[in-house]
Amino acid sequence: MARALINAPAKAPRGAVIEIKTLVSHVMETGFRYTQTGELVPRDIVTGFTATYNGEEVFRARLHPAISANPYLTFHTVATESGTIELTWTGDNGFAATERIRITVE
Amino acid sequence: MTADSERDSRATRRDVLKIAGALALGGGAAPAVVAPARATPAEMQAAVASIVGEARVNDGRVKLDIPPLVENGNTVPCTVTVESPMTAADHVKAIHVFTEKNPQPYVISVVLGPRAGRASVSTRIRLRDSQTVLAVAEMSDGTFWSGRAGVIVTVSACLEDVL
Repeated sequence: MARALINAPAKAPRGAVIEIKTLVSHVMETGFRYTQTGELVPRDIVTGFTATYNGEEVFRARLHPAISANPYLTFHTVATESGTIELTWTGDNGFAATERIRITVE
Repeated sequence: MTADSERDSRATRRDVLKIAGALALGGGAAPAVVAPARATPAEMQAAVASIVGEARVNDGRVKLDIPPLVENGNTVPCTVTVESPMTAADHVKAIHVFTEKNPQPYVISVVLGPRAGRASVSTRIRLRDSQTVLAVAEMSDGTFWSGRAGVIVTVSACLEDVL
């Protein structure tokens, strides 16, 4: 399981736009680099990121090799109701990581 | 030393310079052969066309926030903000980021909706060379808007070998 860091408010007033910062540990090997013996290092990147708010998709991203190692992503969403925000990363070689955060809307 | 031999040595020196010149030219061309294919401005245009199709890409409404001078091309902070009320009737549907001199023109594509509240996305990208980065936003009314930023990179990404 990959290590992920998430920074999001635990509480928010109803209707507020909240910022969610995410970072997942991953090498993001581009597939354009060579070893010293001249062999191409195969691509190994995170290709997709999805955020769902109580099951409804609110943000999705498709990543390419030009994203730095340990992909960092910040996005916004409207705090509509209390519940769970689920963040999912998928990638090459069957990479998958999921994190859930609870949010209380007042 | 006789006059003749001096002329000979001069000729030799001239030859040496010619060879050096040829080597310099060859040396300049060689990396282009060895280096992997990189996206050109034309390739970036093709990548943009593959997303927007026949639609016209207008300038404006998109702000691409990248430091103008970066030391390390491996992690360049990059924020794209689009002016939009983000309502159900008028919102940003997608944001795409492209580069012109990376091995591939694509960087990131994000899908948003009215639930996002604010059309602003931050990430960290790799830049192989000093170049222009382009962000294109697709609106819910079908129009496309773009913003660009020039970046000078002192240490490029993708240069180091894997040990």
